[in-house]
Amino acid sequence: MKLLTDLEAIKTLTEAKLSNRQITGVEAGAVGYRSVMVCGGTGCTSSDSNKIIAALNKEVANHGIEDKVEVVRTGCFGLCELGPVVIVYPEGVFYSRVEVKDIPDLVEGHLLNNKPLERLVYEKTKADGKINNFEDTDFFRKQNRIALRNCGVIDPEVIDEYISRDGYKALGKVLMTMSRQQVIDTVKKSGLRGRGGGGFTTGMKWQFAADQDKHQKYMICNADEGDPGAFMDRSILEGDPHSVIEAMTIAGYAIGADQGFVYVRAEYPIAVQRLMKAIKQAREYGLLGDNILGTGFKFDIDVRLGAGAFVCGEETALMNSIEGKRGMPNPKPPFPAVEGLWGQPSVINNVETFANISPIILKGADWYSSIGTEKSKGTKVFALGGKVVNTGLVEVPMGITLREVIFEIGGGIPNGKKFKAIQTGGPSGGCLTEEHLDCTIDYDTLTSLGSMMGSGGMIVMDEDTCMVDVARFYLDFTRDESCGKCTPCRVGTKRLLEMLDKITEGKGTIQDLDDMERLSNTIKNASLCALGQTAPNPVLSTLKYFREEYMAHIVDKKCPSGVCKSLISYTIDPELCRGCSLCARKCPSDAISGKVKEPYVIDTVACIKCGVCFDVCKFNAVAIV
Amino acid sequence: MVLLQSVCCCGETAEPDEKLEKVKAAIEQFKTIKGALIPVLHEVQDIYGYLPEEVLKVVSTELNIPMSEIYGVASFYHFFSLTPKGENVIRVCMGTACYIKGAQGLLDRLSTELKVAVQGTTEDNKFTLEATRCLGACGLAPVLTIGEKVYGRLTPNDIPKILKEYN
Repeated sequence: MKLLTDLEAIKTLTEAKLSNRQITGVEAGAVGYRSVMVCGGTGCTSSDSNKIIAALNKEVANHGIEDKVEVVRTGCFGLCELGPVVIVYPEGVFYSRVEVKDIPDLVEGHLLNNKPLERLVYEKTKADGKINNFEDTDFFRKQNRIALRNCGVIDPEVIDEYISRDGYKALGKVLMTMSRQQVIDTVKKSGLRGRGGGGFTTGMKWQFAADQDKHQKYMICNADEGDPGAFMDRSILEGDPHSVIEAMTIAGYAIGADQGFVYVRAEYPIAVQRLMKAIKQAREYGLLGDNILGTGFKFDIDVRLGAGAFVCGEETALMNSIEGKRGMPNPKPPFPAVEGLWGQPSVINNVETFANISPIILKGADWYSSIGTEKSKGTKVFALGGKVVNTGLVEVPMGITLREVIFEIGGGIPNGKKFKAIQTGGPSGGCLTEEHLDCTIDYDTLTSLGSMMGSGGMIVMDEDTCMVDVARFYLDFTRDESCGKCTPCRVGTKRLLEMLDKITEGKGTIQDLDDMERLSNTIKNASLCALGQTAPNPVLSTLKYFREEYMAHIVDKKCPSGVCKSLISYTIDPELCRGCSLCARKCPSDAISGKVKEPYVIDTVACIKCGVCFDVCKFNAVAIV
Repeated sequence: MVLLQSVCCCGETAEPDEKLEKVKAAIEQFKTIKGALIPVLHEVQDIYGYLPEEVLKVVSTELNIPMSEIYGVASFYHFFSLTPKGENVIRVCMGTACYIKGAQGLLDRLSTELKVAVQGTTEDNKFTLEATRCLGACGLAPVLTIGEKVYGRLTPNDIPKILKEYN
């Protein structure tokens, strides 16, 4: 078992090593020791960052410079678009889309001869023949990383590195110097609200559970990140699992729980593996277990895997799932804080919420509440995706505008296309338009516009995205994920989807729009849990802001974005067609005929609209009409 | 040959079943914790690739949970499959980021190339085609996975080349 003094000793020892992982402005030639940070998040791992690490280690050994270089596998840097990402300190050179075959050049050029490998350096950091600090680029400059403070900085599988970044110091402070009520008051005062979607004040939740006079209580971490397009919880678990363990222990102390559960998606193998490893390390150090830091406080954490049910993000459904049952929600009240897991008072917080706790304890509630807006304090992590240049993970202060996030940090829309909509809050949220770009991002503004913060997914859509199809996509999702317990959600989402299907097939009527609106409101008002209560949001928000697109489908029988298959057909422009016959050979339904070197023709009756001809044509001769 | 067979307590001979032994070990490991069913089902699916009925019967007896309840839980969660899958499982991510960037096109093309419906298995049992929930690799959208391997930033034209790797 470690004591607080032991942690301080570990910190001093490891700090020296970590001090190299920052930009010091030293001339390349004068660098004695380099840290090569390789992103080991899911995105970069998918593009072989593990092989890059192996190749780096091999090359470094080949050149015999092991004592001058460390290769570190870190959590996510955020700029997933450019993955696999490698950063070399102390210069802070940012390499993008690195491949295994580049490694010998990189090691020899940069690490051995002090000449960064220009062709892989992130374009935005190059100016006037110089390579600049990546932290000054648009993507990083406006960010304020609190929840992601350690992602990309430490090796998440080494507990000492977490400790050297003030890890477990907040736990020490809480156990040694603060009463349970003081902890709750600090979190309350900070204004921290749940980052999982609901936005309920975290300190209040803790207070309710703390007030229950029961022997057994549970602290649960919701890592069942089901929103399509959101991956911040996964990135935190992959890049900084100890921050969640530490915060859960603090929360356990505050409410009087001795057992915690992390409910995490089985689809996140890397996150699960790193979390398990971190729990094991924390137990070895006595930071979980019977006598934490020698204070007599007892707390331990178990991991439970989800099994692919979106509704399990709802807290009562999640608890049913931990109990081994079908993950269906229960009516509230009783609230989990009163009667939760196995009937005992339980608090459920989201991963990102937990990641904010230790900094709040260490730096104080006033520091945290100085960031953000009046009612939404602190920062929020967003997963920026879809039709945007810099897809990735960004942490920004609340109150920033959508425009800043999409156009400054996100770099705008690729391929010169026009911005059409931004979807926030996943299947529970809504689509906002160009006129909302200057609105601030906070819980209340987004809700008032008919969308919501949700867990922080942000999908950018351009002119090629059909908004009716997007609404249909989300309804297909919620219909599929509806657990079936209550009728408004089970039947309502199905009927709503049928109407949307009709419209995308060109069979809709104007009456359908009114019916959809009425049905949506019924589902919202009458459903048992948040899944049903928010499921119609994508329909209502698109009906409100993109009604003309619905009208085009219904009245003109056209899909303006060329997405809905029933409303489009493919033709070949005889002017552009060179008669190469590629499309005819690839067509699965033999619908294209013609003579080589003469324009080909599509038989629209035989055409199944698979789009293969459009994809394969090298002369852009196939058009959607 | 007879020597290689193990003798069951009822006197009949049975092939030693390594997989079933693993399942029993897992049940033993989880038996004492509350809410053991889902962790056990995860183990069974890991071992067999799906949830075979005979094995679920063993789980039912060992955990003292009725088959009806096990079926209720197993059929509730997308992650569990009650039918066997093909040699290679192709999962096309249908998260929003991938969908916006043309995942449906990948799925359609795979369906045409493999002549199999979505969620179906090819006749030669070589491929199972699935549409799956967000894999969280949104920076690489659109994404598909075959087994553990991830393919990102795809267009439908990449499909034939990818499938060739498995022929």
